[in-house]
Amino acid sequence: MEANILEPKLTAKDFVTDQEVRWCPGCGDYSIIKQVQTVMPDLGIPREQIVFISGIGCSSRFPYYMETFGMHSIHGRATAVASGLKASRPELSVWIVTGDGDSLSIGGNHLIHLLRRNFNINVLLFNNEIYGLTKGQYSPASPMGSITKSSPMGSVDHPFNPLALCLGADATFVARSMDRDPIHLREVLKRANAHNGTSMVEIYQNCNVFNDGAFEVFTEKATKKINTLMVEHGKPLIFGENSDKGIKLDGFKPMVVNLSDVSANDLWIHDEKDAVKAGMLVRFFDKPSSEHYLPRPFGVFYTEDRFCYEDAMMAQLQEAISKKGKGDLDALLKGNNTWTI
Amino acid sequence: MSATTEIKKNVVILFAGDSGDGIQLTGTQFSTTAALYGNDISTFPNFPAEIRAPQGTIAGVSGFQLHFGSEKIYTAGDAADVLVVMNAAALKANLKQLKDGGIIIANTDGFDAKNLKLANIPAEQNPLKNSSLDKFKLFEIDVTKITRNALADSGMGTKEMDRSKNMFVLGFIYWMYNRSLDNSITFIKEQFKKRPELIDANIKVLKAGYNYGDTVEAPMQRFEVKPAPVESGTYRSIMGNQAAAIGLVAAAQKSGLTLFYGTYPITPASDILHELAKNKNFGVKTFQAEDEIAAITSSIGAAFGGALAVTGSSGPGIALKGEAIGLALMMELPLVIVNIQRGGPSTGLPTKTEQADLMQALHGRNGEAPVPIIAAYSPSDCFYSAFEACRIALEFMTPVFFLSDGYIANGAEPWKFPASKDLKEIKVQFAKNELKEGEKYLPYKRDEKLSRPWAIPGTKGLEHRIGGIEKQHETGNISYDPENHEFMVKLRQAKVDKIADYIPLQTLDNGKAKGKLLVVGWGSTYGSIKTAVNEAIEEGYDVAHAHIKYLNPFPKNLGEMLKSYDKVLIPEINNGQLVKVIRDKYFVDAEGLNKIQGLPFTSAEIKNKIKELAK
Repeated sequence: MEANILEPKLTAKDFVTDQEVRWCPGCGDYSIIKQVQTVMPDLGIPREQIVFISGIGCSSRFPYYMETFGMHSIHGRATAVASGLKASRPELSVWIVTGDGDSLSIGGNHLIHLLRRNFNINVLLFNNEIYGLTKGQYSPASPMGSITKSSPMGSVDHPFNPLALCLGADATFVARSMDRDPIHLREVLKRANAHNGTSMVEIYQNCNVFNDGAFEVFTEKATKKINTLMVEHGKPLIFGENSDKGIKLDGFKPMVVNLSDVSANDLWIHDEKDAVKAGMLVRFFDKPSSEHYLPRPFGVFYTEDRFCYEDAMMAQLQEAISKKGKGDLDALLKGNNTWTI
Repeated sequence: MSATTEIKKNVVILFAGDSGDGIQLTGTQFSTTAALYGNDISTFPNFPAEIRAPQGTIAGVSGFQLHFGSEKIYTAGDAADVLVVMNAAALKANLKQLKDGGIIIANTDGFDAKNLKLANIPAEQNPLKNSSLDKFKLFEIDVTKITRNALADSGMGTKEMDRSKNMFVLGFIYWMYNRSLDNSITFIKEQFKKRPELIDANIKVLKAGYNYGDTVEAPMQRFEVKPAPVESGTYRSIMGNQAAAIGLVAAAQKSGLTLFYGTYPITPASDILHELAKNKNFGVKTFQAEDEIAAITSSIGAAFGGALAVTGSSGPGIALKGEAIGLALMMELPLVIVNIQRGGPSTGLPTKTEQADLMQALHGRNGEAPVPIIAAYSPSDCFYSAFEACRIALEFMTPVFFLSDGYIANGAEPWKFPASKDLKEIKVQFAKNELKEGEKYLPYKRDEKLSRPWAIPGTKGLEHRIGGIEKQHETGNISYDPENHEFMVKLRQAKVDKIADYIPLQTLDNGKAKGKLLVVGWGSTYGSIKTAVNEAIEEGYDVAHAHIKYLNPFPKNLGEMLKSYDKVLIPEINNGQLVKVIRDKYFVDAEGLNKIQGLPFTSAEIKNKIKELAK
């Protein structure tokens, strides 16, 4: 009996297409796609139910390399395409792959509306703080003063803080990870998939051609421990070379303390459900060189249970049917007022 | 005083007043009563662009034109026989629409010092008091006063009483045209069933208006317009946007798909959204997106998922959708793009009509991007054209333009509506996994129509990727190969051209198959051309009329038809668009007749040109 045959469990390889991957050698995208393909078989979703939607940019080639359904759409619009797909087919597992130019600049409007509507969709925002595909202009995520092809004297644009923007748009899942930490990235991807609602995952991704080393203080062994803060729900905020530093709240002001002076119990304990504290965490956004520098946090900052657009939409259709009965085309054609000649 | 009764073949009444005077309601009530009586009718509302323009001013004038007759009626009428004005501004704005010798019914209360000032008429030039209206028949009625008198015992405040003024006017016009009050009484009872005191008040004022005609001490004329020889059957009144919405629902039902309507509010297309949002019990999913681009791209997402996807807008919104239309075309997903045209360019004339987006539909995208186009020619035809646009989109896996415009979108006419069983099924077959061991799925393998399979997510084994980058023939893989690109551009063109094999041949609407002059129209000019050509033929002119519904590709016999006449005239509400396409494609020396005033043609304007060319 066909129905009784157990499907062999898929492996990462089953999610690899026959297409030649065309990212530059050394690009952070290679690691990210590897982690996504590794995680996929563990999600328990049939491959044909998975759809990857992208816009335009280096990262947006992603769907062509994923052996699932996929669409490489147009610049900035993956969020809107995915919204329509999810509204029409709520049962599908929909993933958006986008970059900082695609989602924060040309597609900024759709991004915020996706988040407030809270479709159950996962967004992978590859942030490399540069336009790569157009060969090296500054992006809305590039720090002010960035020297790029389009800003030889340094950019005068104040950048977005992407995750603060997302929280401002009432995102229900906000997390950050990086290309150089596969284990962390895989965990965050699984959490994003498990969340019911729009899951925003910002992934720091190195563009080794146009913006090499943009995140190296967070990703390289020598500097990572003192510059990053890995948050976990229910655990105190601890970081440092020997896990010897912590973050303590002085009123609403976060401050770095030495664990030799302060008990771990007095530190800020991470609570993913706390919107106010999540707002503060994503604002740990200073340059490492700045005076009151706080380490850059990674992990899941915020989660919230809120109804998803597609569920509310389906509920209304059901309600309409239960109130008015299933639509009768002849009654619709006839209308309320007829006459016979 | 007894009145004489004159029999008329057709009458045009123009109701005009402040946008708060209930003009649209008065007009639609009279229209329904006329239709129920068996007259043929055509109506056109003309409302201000501002939602609540200052009361009493020209900007705040709302109009409703109704043409009804004992003969076939194709337009809302060139000029009015009767002009009903509730105030001075309404008279000033609409007098040029009245025929010489026409009847003016004026609410005298709307011509007091304050109203004259609001209408920018000097107090000493009150048109009711000087001789400026001498060439018309003027009836002055103090509607406000009589309405208040009629409701003196109602206990209502004057402000509330004044809201019934339109019922007085309606009652009076019913008397003038010998009509029964029954339909409007039923309407009033239904409308105010939660406020019975308003039922009594409105019926009382309606009857007061009717009785006024019988009792007034003035020579009054009454008219009779007999039922029209229309085809027997059951009719309803339909507006263009309503018809388009029903057509989309019908196409969804007949194809077995879920209708997804992604849109952003814009005049004059929003009524389609409103109508569809009422029909959620048909499973209709309306998505009010954050902007025009999200409106179309969400629809593209829904189409990828297997929905009957439609996006609707007007010219400015279509301009924003351009890139995404190219995407749908490149990926070859079915999508209907509704454009309810309005005056352009840019914001243009949002509430006025124009046919100036034909070139946009044909060419308004980057690259070689052919999209089939269907244009509706009347309010009820919006139903059939919307349905047909869906059929072509689904059967050929392509975006399709459905063009309508403000005139037919808001205009109404009687419609002998079809039964659902008489509508053709639209065959949709999602791709199934029929691959042999080791065989690769080809998402762009084509059938005899050059259409590709629609493999929707959830179909095991048919996982594939589509996108806006040039693709390899059949496999759909990204390809920058020069020969492949040229091949694909030509293939996409051939696919659209192929549709000509699956649409009806062009027919003549009127006139002989060969002759002196062929008038070719498209879209909402139908009624004016129809009337003009009818009259010209009756007067002995050698003229014929063809109306093109399929604008891309054209019907296969169109060229041959055009060459069967000495001259071709193409009237359009634009600066000459179809005429350029026809001249280019068929080398026919077609002449344009163009009007760009935000208004439809009068039939007289077209007839004058016919007389000049066919003499």
